[in-house]
Amino acid sequence: MTKPILIKNGRLIDPAQDFDARADLLLEDGLVSAVDPTCSLSGEGKTLIEAKDFWVLPGLIDMHVHLRDPGHEYKEDLHSGLMAAAAGGFTTVLAMPNTSPPVDQAAQIRSLLSRAKTIPGARLCQSAAMTRGLNGQELTEYEDLKNAGASAVTDDGRWIPDAAVMRRVLGYAHVCGLPPLSHAQEATLAPKGQIHEGRVSTRLGLAGIPAEVESMAVYRDISLVRLTGKRLHICHVSSRLSLDLIRRAKAEGLPVTCETAPHYLFLTDEDVGQYDVNRKMNPPLRTAADQESLRQGIAEGVIDVVATDHAPHSVLEKEVEFMDAAFGVIGLETALPLTLRLAEELQLSPKKVAELLSLKPAQILGLPGGTLLKGRPADVTVIDPQAEYVYDVKTSKSKSRNSPFDGWKLKGQIVKTIVDGTIVFEG
Amino acid sequence: MAYEHLIWPKDLIDLDQFGSEHLLAILDLAENFKEVSEREIKKVPTLRGKLVVLFFHENSTRTRLSFEVAAKRLSADTIALSASGSSMAKGETLLDTARNIMAMNPDALVIRHSASGAPSFLGERLACPVLNAGDGAHAHPTQALLDLMTIREKKGRVDGLKVAIIGDIAHSRVARSNMIGLRTLGASVSVCGPPAMMVPGLAEEYGVEVFERPEPALEGADAVIMLRIQLERQSGQLFPGAREYASVYGLNDRRLSLAKPDCLLLHPGPVNQGVELTPEVYDCPASVILEQVTNGVAVRMALLYLLVDNAERRNPEQASEK
Repeated sequence: MTKPILIKNGRLIDPAQDFDARADLLLEDGLVSAVDPTCSLSGEGKTLIEAKDFWVLPGLIDMHVHLRDPGHEYKEDLHSGLMAAAAGGFTTVLAMPNTSPPVDQAAQIRSLLSRAKTIPGARLCQSAAMTRGLNGQELTEYEDLKNAGASAVTDDGRWIPDAAVMRRVLGYAHVCGLPPLSHAQEATLAPKGQIHEGRVSTRLGLAGIPAEVESMAVYRDISLVRLTGKRLHICHVSSRLSLDLIRRAKAEGLPVTCETAPHYLFLTDEDVGQYDVNRKMNPPLRTAADQESLRQGIAEGVIDVVATDHAPHSVLEKEVEFMDAAFGVIGLETALPLTLRLAEELQLSPKKVAELLSLKPAQILGLPGGTLLKGRPADVTVIDPQAEYVYDVKTSKSKSRNSPFDGWKLKGQIVKTIVDGTIVFEG
Repeated sequence: MAYEHLIWPKDLIDLDQFGSEHLLAILDLAENFKEVSEREIKKVPTLRGKLVVLFFHENSTRTRLSFEVAAKRLSADTIALSASGSSMAKGETLLDTARNIMAMNPDALVIRHSASGAPSFLGERLACPVLNAGDGAHAHPTQALLDLMTIREKKGRVDGLKVAIIGDIAHSRVARSNMIGLRTLGASVSVCGPPAMMVPGLAEEYGVEVFERPEPALEGADAVIMLRIQLERQSGQLFPGAREYASVYGLNDRRLSLAKPDCLLLHPGPVNQGVELTPEVYDCPASVILEQVTNGVAVRMALLYLLVDNAERRNPEQASEK
């Protein structure tokens, strides 16, 4: 049994309890055992963390990461990915199933989860393919996958173009209690697209990806939510057009949730500059107007979650001609400071930050974390919100270096990442 | 000469690197070099002992020949690498190729590549000047400069002229570089092509007028640049076919008569006769297509000279690999 941990005098932020005040937090036997706003718990016999200058948050949850395991372990593997997550303050990550081979069987889920238990980093939640081999046609065995420990189903990286199949997915995922996540992109509109279609793609002579690639798919997906009445989560929303559709769907009372990624909130297609491959991702960086709209969506609560879409690639895929470069950027270690900056710029409360990075993803995935209520898992992120530093991607725990934020001045450092009552990262 | 007082970049990537003063200085220098090509002994010792690598990752006959002639007339040594004849065909990456070229210690690299951005990729990694001989759908600055030179030679100026560019704008690096160059020198530009061969933001990005049909684009034009249609790639996909293309967008006598009586006809070549142009138009007095080829050599001589000379004058520390 690990020693109890007392986090003393911290600013404890827990949106689930509408709590933001000084308190002691006691973690015992892998659970939150006490929250004491009088700050009078004794540290005797406990690992003491003095948190007077720090924020104490429910453990951060990144519901969209690619850990490349199995198949592309040279880009990332379970170990490096979960350690990078812990270094970024994440206590739980949801790994996407578009590995090689794709994760579409219960045995793979069991194997990944049991391997992850031996890694002293973030907790792994594994999503399973919605369809066999991500083929977009035959459903995988959701009940079997769920029983093996799968946390969600998704064909991330691909959309299911066949509407009848997607309708079945929504219905059956609901029966089995697995949240379905949609990579909403009608790619036939821009099969060779490289970056957002607009002035920048025209200037650089690159094939464009109009925002309609996303919004057409979002419209179809929302239509199926309306038809079935079953919930759907939409991944990595990048455009105003899609966001407007989601806003209307929510106003209608449809069970739709969505996420966006920090890079869409801080970069635009102009930042592709002279063919910067670390600014190439799918969906692509869009215009300043889209960015503004996404920021507003965060403030209004139309966007539920900030997730990284952490997508490691080695120099073999990145240090090549732009049109041949792989889509995707890493983000586990920059998500928290960027979300803090966003909060500062949009005047969002610390509770909102915890909601975006912890409570909402926990609710969508049906996880017990996301809050520091007594009896919940002892997953905690302690941060120093004032610490300033220059982000150097070479120090990343990820195996890959494809960050669009290398060299950025960031504020907000991880002090401790605690998973299941064990400290897995110390800043 | 004027060029000596200007600051030049290490690489030639596209014409957006230059203001009008630079462009005019290049054209002036090219005119001087053109005179070399008219001599009995068509050679000057300017780049003697220099090595120019011609790296053509994408097929090209005209541009490669033109650069080769230009380098030879400046007395430089040349080696030509092509994708099929080099280790690129064996799966070598562009980065590896760059490092290998670097090891040969060349004085200039001329690159043609199917990927937009490949010249800047190499330019950032090589110590020597990199000259873009056409990259993907991005830029073809030497082609645009030879078009500017031809227009200026025939009209005495570029400023205030009206130039129409017609054809596959979306996939055309020639169109992009020409739009930049022509606008920088004060011409007004109208562009026209089939909807599937157009891209958004042309008016905002380049300050050109965009037309659906060629007739209004041609009206009152001082020069028209017809772009090559890649029949092999586009037939039946972006457009119903060559015959249909000729009937809607092809330049014939009737359409040419909408332009000014002394309108020039340019084409980057090779021409699909009967598609972009009727054979009658190709041979008409307005056509300066072969003069473009002559001027191409002169422009490339000027740029090779400028950038190699410029590299020598730069801080030698900058010559080491980044």
